[in-house]
Parts: sequence; C-alpha cells; structure tokens
Amino acid sequence: MDFPLTDPFFWETVIQGLLFGGVLALLSLGLNIIFGVIDVVWICYAELIMLGMYTIYFLYSDYGVPLPLAMLAGILVVALLGAALHYFIIRPILHTEPINQLLVTGGVLFFLQGFATLAFSVEFRNLGVSFGSIEAGDMYIPTTRLLAFIVSLVAVVGLWLFLKRTYLGTAIRAISQDRDVMPLMGVSPGKIYLVTSALGGGLAGLGACLLVLLYDIHPAIGLTFGPITFMVCVMGGLGNMIGGFIAAFIFAEFIALGGFYAEIEWGYVIAFAFFIVMMFIRPQGILGSKS
Amino acid sequence: MNIPMIIKAVGFLAVLSIPALGFSDYVLHIAISALLWGFIYTGWSVMGRFGLVSLGHGAFMGIGAYMVTMLWNHAGITPWIGIPVAVVVSMAVGFMIGFPCFRFRITGHYFALVTLALSEVVRLLIVALRDYTGGSLGVTPDSVISADTPNSFIAMQFSDKVTWFYIVVAVWVVGLLVWRAVDRSMIRYAMEAVSQEEDAAASLGVHVTRTKLIVTMISAGMTAVGGAIYGQYQLYINPETTSGIAISLQIVFAAIAGGMFVQLGPTVGAVITLLLTEGLRQTVGHDVHGLDVMIYGAMLVLFIIYMPRGVLGRVIEVFENRTGGTSGPTTQPRPQPGE
Repeated sequence: MDFPLTDPFFWETVIQGLLFGGVLALLSLGLNIIFGVIDVVWICYAELIMLGMYTIYFLYSDYGVPLPLAMLAGILVVALLGAALHYFIIRPILHTEPINQLLVTGGVLFFLQGFATLAFSVEFRNLGVSFGSIEAGDMYIPTTRLLAFIVSLVAVVGLWLFLKRTYLGTAIRAISQDRDVMPLMGVSPGKIYLVTSALGGGLAGLGACLLVLLYDIHPAIGLTFGPITFMVCVMGGLGNMIGGFIAAFIFAEFIALGGFYAEIEWGYVIAFAFFIVMMFIRPQGILGSKS
Repeated sequence: MNIPMIIKAVGFLAVLSIPALGFSDYVLHIAISALLWGFIYTGWSVMGRFGLVSLGHGAFMGIGAYMVTMLWNHAGITPWIGIPVAVVVSMAVGFMIGFPCFRFRITGHYFALVTLALSEVVRLLIVALRDYTGGSLGVTPDSVISADTPNSFIAMQFSDKVTWFYIVVAVWVVGLLVWRAVDRSMIRYAMEAVSQEEDAAASLGVHVTRTKLIVTMISAGMTAVGGAIYGQYQLYINPETTSGIAISLQIVFAAIAGGMFVQLGPTVGAVITLLLTEGLRQTVGHDVHGLDVMIYGAMLVLFIIYMPRGVLGRVIEVFENRTGGTSGPTTQPRPQPGE
C-alpha cells in the first residue's frame, strides 16, 4: 500500500466519511432538539425515520407520486407521527421519572417495527433512484451522498436561523433553558413541546428523504441507524446541536477509516468504544460546559 | 408454616412435576425457555429495580454465550470451566463500564445510552471476529452427541429435554435465591437510598460507587450464565439473538412487564412474552410476522403508562390492599422504575 496521503483511495474514504457525517448530523438533529427542549430520548426515533422511508417509497413506486412531492408527504407524515407520539404517549408520563419516557418509546420501537414487518413484510426494498457519481481526479463521489451532505448543512443552518430569529424559535430555546419560569412569561410549555415534537419528527422525515436514496428499506433498518444516532447526540452533548454536528463527523470518519483499514464492523466497534471512553472523559459532551 | 410458604412449596413442586405430566417436547421447550429467560430477566432486575436501567445486558449475554462456545470449539475447554470463565469476564466488563459510570455519576438516560453502546460493541465485535465466531451466520458448539451417545456431561450437551428442564430449573432457583439474598441484604437499603438521593445516601455512609458496582457485577454474572446455558441448550447462537440493542431491549421490557420489584416478576414477564409469541404463532400461523412484536410493543407502552410495577407487582398490590396489608418488607412502598 502507498503512503496513505498519496493514496487516492484513502482520500476517497475520508471524503466518503465526511459525506456520511453529513447524513449522521442530519439524523441526529431532530433527536437533539427533542432532547434539548423536552428532555426526552426517543429510542424509537430511527423507527420514525423508517416509516418516513416507507411512505416515500410507496407513494413514489406504487402510486406514481413525483419524488419531491412524495418526500414532502414523508416529512409531513413523520412530523404528525412525532406530534402524536408526544401527545398520546410521552405527555401522560412527562411528570414521572425521565427513564420512563425513554422506556415507553422503546415500546413504541417494537410496535412500529412489528407494524412494518406485518404491513410491508421483511423484504428489502430499493427506490432505484440514482443520480450517478461525480468524478474528481481518481475519486468517485456519489451525487446522492453529496446531496445528502448539502441538505444536512442547509438543514442545520435553517434550524439555527429558526431558533435564533423567529418568535417560536425563541420560545423553544427559552423553555429549554428554564421550564419553570417560562410558563410565567406567557409561554405554554404544552404547546411548545407539541411543536418541538412535530419539528423533531419533521427533521426525522427529512433524514428519511436522504436515507431512502442511499439505502435499502426494511423493517429492521432502525436498529442499524438508531444506536449510532444516539451516540452522536450524546457525544455532542444531548441537546447541543453544534456538538452533535461535530460528533457526527468524528463518528463517520472512524467508521469510514475503520472500514478502509479493516472491515466496516471494526469501524463501528472503534467508534462505539471511542464513545464510551469519551463519556468518561467528557460526560457533558465534546462542547458541553461543566455543570 | 404460613400460607405464602405453602403456596411457594406447592408451586415449586408443580414446576418440578412438569416433565412427569407427559407433555410434548414442544411444551417442555416452552417451559425451559420461560424459566431460562426468567432467570436472565431476574438477573437484569437485580440492578434494574434500583434505577440502574441497563440497556447493555445483551453484552453480558453475548459474552456468556460466545465465551463458552469459543472455548469449547477452539480450545476444547469444557463449558463447566467455560461458564465460570465467562462469568468472570462478564463481571470484569461490568466493572469496567460500571466503575467510570458510577464514579462520574452517569445516571438515567446517559447510563442507559452508555450501556446500549456496550451491547452494540459486543455484537459488532462478534460480527467483526467472523473468522473465529462465524460472524452474523452464528455458530454451533461442536457436537459430540449422536444416536449412540445421546448425552455428554463434559460437553454439557444433552439431547433429552427433561435433563435440560431440571438443569434450567436449578439455575432459575439459584437466580431467585440470589435475588432474595440481595433483597434481604443491606445492599437493598443502601441502593434504595442511593436511587432516591445519591448525596444524602453518601452522607449517611453509603459507599455509592461500591454498592452500585456490586449489584452491577452480580447482574452481569447472572446474565452471562443465562447466555451460556442458552447457547448450550439451543446448540446455536448468533450475534443478533444473544447481543445487541434488540436483545437488550427485550430483557429490559420483559422484566418491566412482569414486575421488576417482586421476586417472581421477571419470570412472569418471561411467561407472558413467550405465551404471547407462541400463542399468536399457533392462532394466526407462521406466515404473519410482526404481529407479536407489535402487540408486545403496545403492551409495553400501556404497562409503562398505567402499570409501571408490572403484572405481578400490580396483582400483589391489589391483593394486599384487599387484605388490608400484611407486615413485612413486601408492603413497604417500593420505588417506581427509574426513581
């Protein structure tokens, strides 16, 4: 093997990792905002993404809906699901111990996975849409991945602007800072939680739009993307979106380079082991401040 | 002898007599599975009942199953030695993950997610070491039994379900005894104090980190034994059925559904979930996949919202309210999950 810095495959791997990081960053956004505002971890978050993927797939493949419209519908469906999840399942136990809310969404995880298996069967489905790849020197970069990367950057900036510049965004940030005082200032936490859940769901739906282009859909896909999404959020500092963004790229590079030097599983093993070690060194996340 | 003891004795004899009642191998298999999973869930609840909600027990189960099978297949070491080795390794892993967690006071969500990462690490390691472990395809312990020699004590392989039944009953009873020993020890009071208010407990002289580590290691060891027995009984293991997020969640939820604050709760959880899966398979057939998982998930949601102490916990609660309550530790208020 060449010295890595002159090896085009090495650089291709690094870029692939970077692009995968964009996908992970987008996946973790919704989970992050929900944790930051409502202080709940949706263990079933990746299963919501799966349902979004199925929505897009069936609308596009079986009903001939144009892809952009199908994706919009996918985002809406997952946003509604997110709001419903909060309203019917999280809200009744919001006052109990936080771990109960995590566990209850675990029940939802099984429910959605079972539902998908029952309704759509276990077969792998592929949207079959490809945009080819871009050639740069000796490297090939799939356009879909580049697109995913750009969309996630736009989504992060968009979300940031929403939170900073709009009244609703300000209210969301305020409630995440002090949930006892804000009701006194005329902000209804119940409404904000519902809006945040819909927003988090919508971001999951956006994630679904990109994953549906990149991967096969099957009922257990949530188990593939779920753990890594949680790790990204926790390592970034749950609720800290910029931290999550950086963590996504660190994880993605670990996985890509692990796959380059050994097998892809080793990449995941190293990434998860790194996560565990990081939790001990910086339990508040890479950008978190010591509380 | 008081009434609860008579009930227990009769119940135990009833369990022991299951093989003598002439049931089919299928029924016996369900009974063995229920007791084995009941043992694993009991192992989880040893720590889970004190608010240490671990999503990492798939790791310990995977270590138990794979350590024993790998030692047997690659080094010819009998499971009788392999199981203690697996227990020690599993406890060591429990210590390695538990010590920093407890030292740096990683609790609640964070503890759940760190342990979740651990169970994924073990699953992926098993897949990555596919040259030795068989990867995702799973592995079979090298068989020494045949038509001539149906049972091998050294290899811990028995073709006869009745033998397995009694082995698993013995393991399960030991599990219940461990649960009771913890329940009646100072650890319980210390852990209940810790789960209410860590600082206050520490100020009263509870060694928080050490106490948490003790229950974690007991729990990890029990789960490893369960994983090892599972592998020996099924004679086939794969990374998905012994480790990873799915099995970890299964362990947590069955224990909660049955009731993790009472001795037989996790066993009841195992019985409920098995009857649900098998019952649905019998009634709606093999072709309808996913319905059991769906009902199971819906049940869990309802349980956590309406019945956080699980089925058996709730039954005992109702019974005690009706009889005006009996004396003893069972009537004391128990912490809710996660408290």
